[in-house]
Amino acid sequence: MELIWLVPALPLAGFVVLAFGRGLPGKTAGAVGSAAVGLSAVAACIVAWMYMSGTAQGSPAAAAAYSTSLWPWLELGSASPAIAFSVDALSVVMILVVSVVGFLIHLFSIEHMEGEEGYHRFFAYMNLFVAFMLILVLADNFLLMYLGWEGVGLCSFLLIGFWYRDRSNGNAARKAFIVTRVGDVALLLGILLVAANLGSLAIGEASRRAASAWAPGSGIAVLAAALILGGALGKSAQLPLHTWLPDAMAGPSPVSALIHAATMVTAGVYLVARSNAFFALAPQIMTAVAVVGAATLLVAGASALAQRDLKRILAYSTMSQIGYMFLALGVAAWTGAVFHLATHALFKSLLFLAAGAVINALGHERDVFAMGGLAKKMPLLFWTFLAGAFGLTALPPVTAGLASKDAIIARLWYVGGDARLLWWAAMAGVFLTSLYTFRMVFLVFAGESRGEHRVADHGPAGASTAIPLIVLAALCLVGGLVDLPRFLGGSPYFGRFVGGALPPSPELGASDGQEFLLSLAPLVLTLVGIPVAWLIARRSLAKAASPEAAPSAGSKLAAFVRGGFGFDGLYSFLFVRPLSRLAGRGVDPVNLASEGLRGLTMRASSLLASSQDGRPRRYLAVLAFGAAILLAAVLL
Amino acid sequence: MSAQDLQLALALAAVLFVIGLAGMIARRSLVFMLLCTEIMLNAAGFAFIIAGARWGRPEGQAMFIFLLVTAAAEVAVGLALILALSGRLKDLDADEIRSGGA
Repeated sequence: MELIWLVPALPLAGFVVLAFGRGLPGKTAGAVGSAAVGLSAVAACIVAWMYMSGTAQGSPAAAAAYSTSLWPWLELGSASPAIAFSVDALSVVMILVVSVVGFLIHLFSIEHMEGEEGYHRFFAYMNLFVAFMLILVLADNFLLMYLGWEGVGLCSFLLIGFWYRDRSNGNAARKAFIVTRVGDVALLLGILLVAANLGSLAIGEASRRAASAWAPGSGIAVLAAALILGGALGKSAQLPLHTWLPDAMAGPSPVSALIHAATMVTAGVYLVARSNAFFALAPQIMTAVAVVGAATLLVAGASALAQRDLKRILAYSTMSQIGYMFLALGVAAWTGAVFHLATHALFKSLLFLAAGAVINALGHERDVFAMGGLAKKMPLLFWTFLAGAFGLTALPPVTAGLASKDAIIARLWYVGGDARLLWWAAMAGVFLTSLYTFRMVFLVFAGESRGEHRVADHGPAGASTAIPLIVLAALCLVGGLVDLPRFLGGSPYFGRFVGGALPPSPELGASDGQEFLLSLAPLVLTLVGIPVAWLIARRSLAKAASPEAAPSAGSKLAAFVRGGFGFDGLYSFLFVRPLSRLAGRGVDPVNLASEGLRGLTMRASSLLASSQDGRPRRYLAVLAFGAAILLAAVLL
Repeated sequence: MSAQDLQLALALAAVLFVIGLAGMIARRSLVFMLLCTEIMLNAAGFAFIIAGARWGRPEGQAMFIFLLVTAAAEVAVGLALILALSGRLKDLDADEIRSGGA
């Protein structure tokens, strides 16, 4: 356990080596980057094993969080955050997800990114990202967590704009950075509020103090939870701070897989789960979490259905799946949310990697209407993509999504009351998920090949591409087994394990039969969705084939949905245009104070400078005059 | 030395000093400016001598010797600089050379 610092330190070391070792030949950079994350994954596994064996023995000391302080950091009055890592069940799950999925994605990138300009840079940033992400999930106090939080935001910015020569990529990177910044500021304010009011930044200590010092539902508790939620919304691309994620797809596919599907965007879920004590004190905010999750789920699902860009479909799908996690958080199903986070990391990174391989094989073609018929040509990609799609839609035999998503939906039913509405939203989301997922599968892999570019005969995928895909697909197949419902003969190992770090969720009180029926409902809905998706795919293909005669109301609606329900336009109208108009004018009123100060200084400076004109006789005269005055002052 | 003598002598020193100062402000040639510096130095030295004589102490004369040495060194450096400048600029107008030559 003392070696926990190695987990984030190894990728950080990899970053340093890659950042300063520009001379490394060719693929060595990829090997170094992957090895750093791989070793970190090994370290994480060892830590996890030690932690689990500690809990298995039932020693209460081991079951509690293990915390290690590396060195003191700041002294802020009573709160003195240190560089300290703490290991509990939640962070064990997170470091396993981050390092293992991160390692597989690095491995994939060795071949995928080959020949790209900035191969070194790519792996350096990726390693830095993994290091910050591990710091985020291991941090013992809010401030260190915030360091990781900003660090992953920085790496996200750098990697979205990886192909920076294209201006639109740079704009996408800036958009991601600025939109998440809105949430980050809220989070920082929340952290400062907690520090100022409770006098502690340590997450555990602050949670305990909050529970005793703040009344449930009191103004300050609601404010703190709302501010923390603001940070989570920005990072996790939930309404209304979600607009950056679809544009973030401008980055390379491994980046989308690692940052914008598996890890960083789920940091918001982690944050809410980690600070559950604050949310438990603010029931209104809990409701808001659930409502935001449900709304995002539906909006993003509908948007995904109208996209043409393969990666944008997946991006909207990610938002919608994170919506499920927020839904679970909102009804206090903490372990359910974390479980879905873990399984989602598996199947969504698999989908992104397979999609990236498809896009590369077609010569950077992203339009699904220009694909088609790839099942025969790329069997490996087809089967692994299908495994991911089954995970996404929670279909057996892939257990990853099946176990996690159905558990969330079943719980919504049992919460009862107004939460039934949430259940209906979740069920609508299930149907939408089935529609957009299988529309995508049909368009990409079924039918005849469309578009000019033929699949280049680039032979069978190399080992570095194939192995991560196969491993991830296998993990998706078996991933859900750790927490199967009872009626399938499983046992909630995962729930019990993570439950050690999170407050218990209320018992469902459902019989196995009821639970079975509740799990059957989404399954049936998904199956119904498949033929409908087939019809949608065929119709949209036929439409795309014949140039539209006249833009009908339907196509206008489709364009509206494809644009993500006009949020971009709204924000452009409300914020971007007024602000850029303000800044674009010659005189910026905000700058007046500083500009005035600058002008004053310049004028004073030029006044004084004019006395230094290099004429010794004038200097002398001024000097004599001054001396005369001094003399007069002394004498008189 | 009577008080009147002292006053007269100091007035002489002051006049010498003002002559030097005025000359330095008025003349544009570097050579004359150097000369005027010498005059001002001598005015200061004269004041030291007078003060030494007034109180009958040797420090005034010692200071004057210091001043002589300083003046000699100053003239040596100053003349060397003026020589170098005149070789380069063909002109010793203090107001003209401020642009850094060329």
